[in-house]
Amino acid sequence: MKKILVGLKRAVDYNIRVRVNSGGTGVETDGVKMSINPFDEIALEEALRLKEAGHAGEVIVVSVGAPEAQQQLRTGLAMGADRAILVTTSDPLSPRIVAKTLLALVNRESIELVIVGKQTIDGDNNQTGQMLAALWDRPQATFASKLEIDGDSLQVTREVDAGLEVLDVDLPAVVTADLRLNEPRYVKLPDIMKAKKKPLEEIALSDLGVAAEAGVKTTKYAPPQSRSKGVMVDDVDGLVSALTDKGLL
Amino acid sequence: MSKILIVAEHDGRQLNTATTKCVSCASEIADATIDVLVLTTAGSEVAAQAAAISGVGRVRVIEDPANEHAVAAMQAPQVVALAGEYSHVFGPSTTFGKDLMPRVAALLDVDQISDVMTVIGSHEFERPIYAGNAIVTVTAPADQIVVATVRTASFQAAEQGNAVAPVENAEVEVEIPDHTRFVALHAEASDRPDLQTAARVVSGGRALGSAENFEIIYKLADALGAAVGASRAAVDAGYVPNELQVGQTGKIIAPALYVAVGISGAIQHLTGIKDAGTIVAINKDEEAPIFEVADIGLVADLFQAVPELEKALSSRT
Repeated sequence: MKKILVGLKRAVDYNIRVRVNSGGTGVETDGVKMSINPFDEIALEEALRLKEAGHAGEVIVVSVGAPEAQQQLRTGLAMGADRAILVTTSDPLSPRIVAKTLLALVNRESIELVIVGKQTIDGDNNQTGQMLAALWDRPQATFASKLEIDGDSLQVTREVDAGLEVLDVDLPAVVTADLRLNEPRYVKLPDIMKAKKKPLEEIALSDLGVAAEAGVKTTKYAPPQSRSKGVMVDDVDGLVSALTDKGLL
Repeated sequence: MSKILIVAEHDGRQLNTATTKCVSCASEIADATIDVLVLTTAGSEVAAQAAAISGVGRVRVIEDPANEHAVAAMQAPQVVALAGEYSHVFGPSTTFGKDLMPRVAALLDVDQISDVMTVIGSHEFERPIYAGNAIVTVTAPADQIVVATVRTASFQAAEQGNAVAPVENAEVEVEIPDHTRFVALHAEASDRPDLQTAARVVSGGRALGSAENFEIIYKLADALGAAVGASRAAVDAGYVPNELQVGQTGKIIAPALYVAVGISGAIQHLTGIKDAGTIVAINKDEEAPIFEVADIGLVADLFQAVPELEKALSSRT
C-alpha cells in the first residue's frame, strides 16, 4: 500500500494580524497563536481521504524546525495521520533546505506521494513542493483543487491564472494543495487523546544528512507602506463626483 | 555586470504582459543585459513579440513539441540548460512562474526569491511576506545565480512596439521527462478585459449572495469598461470561477481603479489590491476593514447602489 508524506509547517495563525517587531529583525511572535499552515492542513485532509478511500496504507506527517512544531504534529495525528516525524534544527531554513529534508525522508520511507500546501502563509514563498519534485526528479502538480488517483497515476486539477488545468502524472509525485481542494475536518477530543499515543519521532536535521547551508539571507523587516486615508461619500451621486474629481470618469 | 535571462510567459500565440513587467524589473538592475527565453513549438509568433519589448537585448527560442503547453517538469531542464550563461534568471510571479521557477532553482541548487517588489541592487531585493503585512530585504549570494519571480503588480509594463531585438534559436541537449502529461485547460471565454492587466476592475464578494446576483457586478464592469474580479469567499461559494480570485492566493493586481463591492476586506484580499491607484468600496457594513484602505467609501446596500451607479455611468456616455 502506498505511503503518503504530508508536510506540516508551524506558522502564525491565519487570523492574527502580523506586525513587524520594533527592532526590524522579525515579526512579533510573543504570545501569538501558532497553528498548522492552513494549506498544509488541506494537504493532510486530502491524504487522509485517500487513505480512507483505500488508496493509501499510511499517512506520515513531518515538520522541520523548532521543537515546538510537535504541537502541530500532534494536531495532525489527531486529525488522523498514523505517525509523525519532527526534524529539528535551530538554523534558518529556506524552502530549498526543507525540500532536501523531505527528499531524505522520501527515500528513507519509500514514499509514493507527497502532499504539501502550495505556500505557507508566513513566508509566502510557494516553492517547497516544486523544489522537492525537482530534486526527486518526479512530477509536480501544484495548486491542486481536485485529485483523482488511478492506479499508478494521478489526475490533478490545478487552479491556474487562465482557469482550471488538468495534468496526468505518474506516481511517485508531489502535489501542492490549493484552498479549494477540500475542507479540513475538525479534530474531536477523543482523537486528541488517541493522538498522544501515536508515534512521534524526533530526528536532528544533520542526522538526515542534510546541511542547512546558507543561501539567500533576510537582512531587514519593515512594515508595509500604508495607504493614505480616503473619503466617505453619502450616496451614488457623491461617488460619481468623487470619481470625476480624480479624473477617473 | 549582470546578465539576466527572463523566461517568457505565453499561451502559444500571445506573449503575456507579465513578461514585460519582468523586463521592467530587470531594467532596474544597473549595467545589465536582458535576454528573453521563449519556450515554444515551431512557428510561434511569440518570439517576435518578445523582441519588440524595449530593453530586451536578445530573444532566445527553444522550439520543441514538448512546449505545446507550459508544463514545469518539461520546461525546467530547458531553462537550466541555458541558465549557466547568466547571473540572474527571472520569471513572473504568476501561476506559470510560481510553478516553474522553484523547479529551476532547485535544479541549480540555489534558493529562489519569490515576488520581487523592489530592486535595491543586483543581489538585493525587497519582497512581501505574511500577505504583505511585512516587507523584507533579502540578499542573494554574489557567487550564485539569482533565481527570482517578479511581483508583476509592482512594475510598469515595459514598452512594446519599437524595439527589434535579434531572435536566435538556442540548441540545447536536454532530456525532457515523460512522467507528466497535459490533459486539458478549462478556461471561460470572456470578452471583458483581462483581470491581471486591466486598468479598471470591479470585484464582488460574498454579499452578492448568488451567481445570479453577480450579474450586477458584470453590468457595472461593462459600464466602466472594467475587468471582473472576486473575493475568495465569492469563489468558494461558487458565484464565479477561480480565475477571478484576487488576493494573496489569487491574482495580485494594480489597476488604476478598483471597485470592491460587498467585500469585507480580509487582509488576504487587501494584499492583492494594495497597489491599485484608487480603491472604491461599497459595503453596507461601515465597520468593514475594506474602508480602512478605500480612497472612496460608500456605506450602502449594494443591490441599490450598484444598479444606480451603473445607470449613472451609462447615462454619461
